[in-house]
Amino acid sequence: MKLFILALMVTLAAAIVSLFVGVSDVSLSALFSGEADEKMLMVFAVSRLPRTIALVLAGAGMAVAGTIMQMLARNRFAEPSTAGTVESASLGMLVVLLLAPDLPVMMKMLVASTFALAGTSLFLLILQRVPLRSPILVPLIGLMLGGVISACTTFFAYRFDLMQAMGAWTSGDFSTVLQGRYEVLWIAFVLTVASYVAADRFTVAGMGQDFATNLGLHYGRVLAFGLVVVSMVTASVVVTAGILPFIGLIVPNLVSIVMGDKLRHTLPWIALSGAALVLVCDIVGRTVNAPFEVPAGSVLGVIGSLFFLNMLLRRRLRAA
Amino acid sequence: MIEIRNITKSYDSTVVVDAVTLTLRRGGITSIIGPNGAGKSTLLSIIARLIPTDKGTVMVDGLDVARTAGEVLARRLSILRQDNHMTTRLTVRDLVAFGRYPYNKGRPTAQDQEHINKALAYLGLEDLGGRFLDELSGGQRQRAFVAMVLCQDTDYMLFDEPLNNLDIRHAVAMMKLLRDAARDFGKTVVVVLHDVNFASCYSDQIIVMRDGKLFLQGPPSEIIRPDTLQQTYGCPFEVHDLGGDRIAVYYA
Repeated sequence: MKLFILALMVTLAAAIVSLFVGVSDVSLSALFSGEADEKMLMVFAVSRLPRTIALVLAGAGMAVAGTIMQMLARNRFAEPSTAGTVESASLGMLVVLLLAPDLPVMMKMLVASTFALAGTSLFLLILQRVPLRSPILVPLIGLMLGGVISACTTFFAYRFDLMQAMGAWTSGDFSTVLQGRYEVLWIAFVLTVASYVAADRFTVAGMGQDFATNLGLHYGRVLAFGLVVVSMVTASVVVTAGILPFIGLIVPNLVSIVMGDKLRHTLPWIALSGAALVLVCDIVGRTVNAPFEVPAGSVLGVIGSLFFLNMLLRRRLRAA
Repeated sequence: MIEIRNITKSYDSTVVVDAVTLTLRRGGITSIIGPNGAGKSTLLSIIARLIPTDKGTVMVDGLDVARTAGEVLARRLSILRQDNHMTTRLTVRDLVAFGRYPYNKGRPTAQDQEHINKALAYLGLEDLGGRFLDELSGGQRQRAFVAMVLCQDTDYMLFDEPLNNLDIRHAVAMMKLLRDAARDFGKTVVVVLHDVNFASCYSDQIIVMRDGKLFLQGPPSEIIRPDTLQQTYGCPFEVHDLGGDRIAVYYA
């Protein structure tokens, strides 16, 4: 508990740093002493605060979504970006952009969620049909499925001259987050909290369908609920910031190595670490090449792929 | 009482369990034996509603397992299958604690803690409580799974080859434990066993399956005989009476 409070403080510190990093001059002392001019206050309220909140909600949500995905697929490598979820949500976004570009963000999110739900369900269906001889097959299937789906997305984006727009909103970039454009992420927050309430169910489901049935759990219902959480969290992040790859892979696995998988204990850690990691990646992205920005998603992509590779290699070693 | 009526299950065109009808009375240990592919595990899984049946019904104390709510059944009947591969990283104690899930939905009470401690002690796992499952040997993990089922504290306990991965000392301890559970606590234990002699020495009743059908049912004295075993497994058997137990010898 003490450790958790310490981690909470560290994350809070990262959040505060995140609030005061940027091109425009906003300082803590000015805000508190009342010396802040109108512009500073506006930048703070319209851009900085929403951005930091979005980072926290997206990071926590994606880390928890990754954990749930790993429980449902019963595989350490499964997460929204290795299960076709992210790509399906992006396809949904493109469809909205093509057919009804004026829909409010909330409706866009719901359409993207529906696509994500369909794509992730397809992934789990394929897993059921394919005889899995190696745990590494699971993310491979997910990556292939994601590849096929994003090929469709690219094809239509190309045909309708939307490649550039698509590139902009899939890059995992929080610089476009402004007041009024990130609020759907609060849905991700609600779902993250709901997952914590259902934590024991997800742990039991992660033990496998036989164990779950033996313990009287309605496996199908938990599976459906988990899929909805994963799809809606992913969709709300994709709609607001773009793709945040690997966060659902890195965080749950690190926490699992240290503390195991009893989600009632570990989910708060997973959510907090996810938030902290995205905050840090965003701060790094904003400072390495200032005044220009590297999207947080790209920073995550670099860290994440290295981590993923390391995990695969360690698996190989353990299996050998 | 478990009443199995006309249970039939086939995969594609292969009939795995073929119109099995039998009644398991309360109390005691019932062993299911038979050659590979006789349908023993499938039948056990159907009884525990892990696999849906194609035809027939299973009633546990008058409850149809296919229709009764999962959480109601989970307080009456438990099952442990073989080859339990678990990707979830739990400590032994946390795993065993989930045996109480049907009662507490994940919020252990003081009484639950008592059950957990007892189950850990029964299987000699007190010192391993804090260890993660993936850090254990196969035999230790098997004992942890059995402890979880014990912790579930149901009237009916079904085990598919519980002696898998266990050395001789632990295999004997496991069968004694199941016998004590049946004798002292009135549990009804059903086990699928490969070792005919374990079945002979520890069962109150033996069920023999062959080609998906119920072949024989009776006490060890009726089943463990050269002629019946030969018909079951298709190889020569000798049966000796050793200290009141019937021991089959098949190392021809």
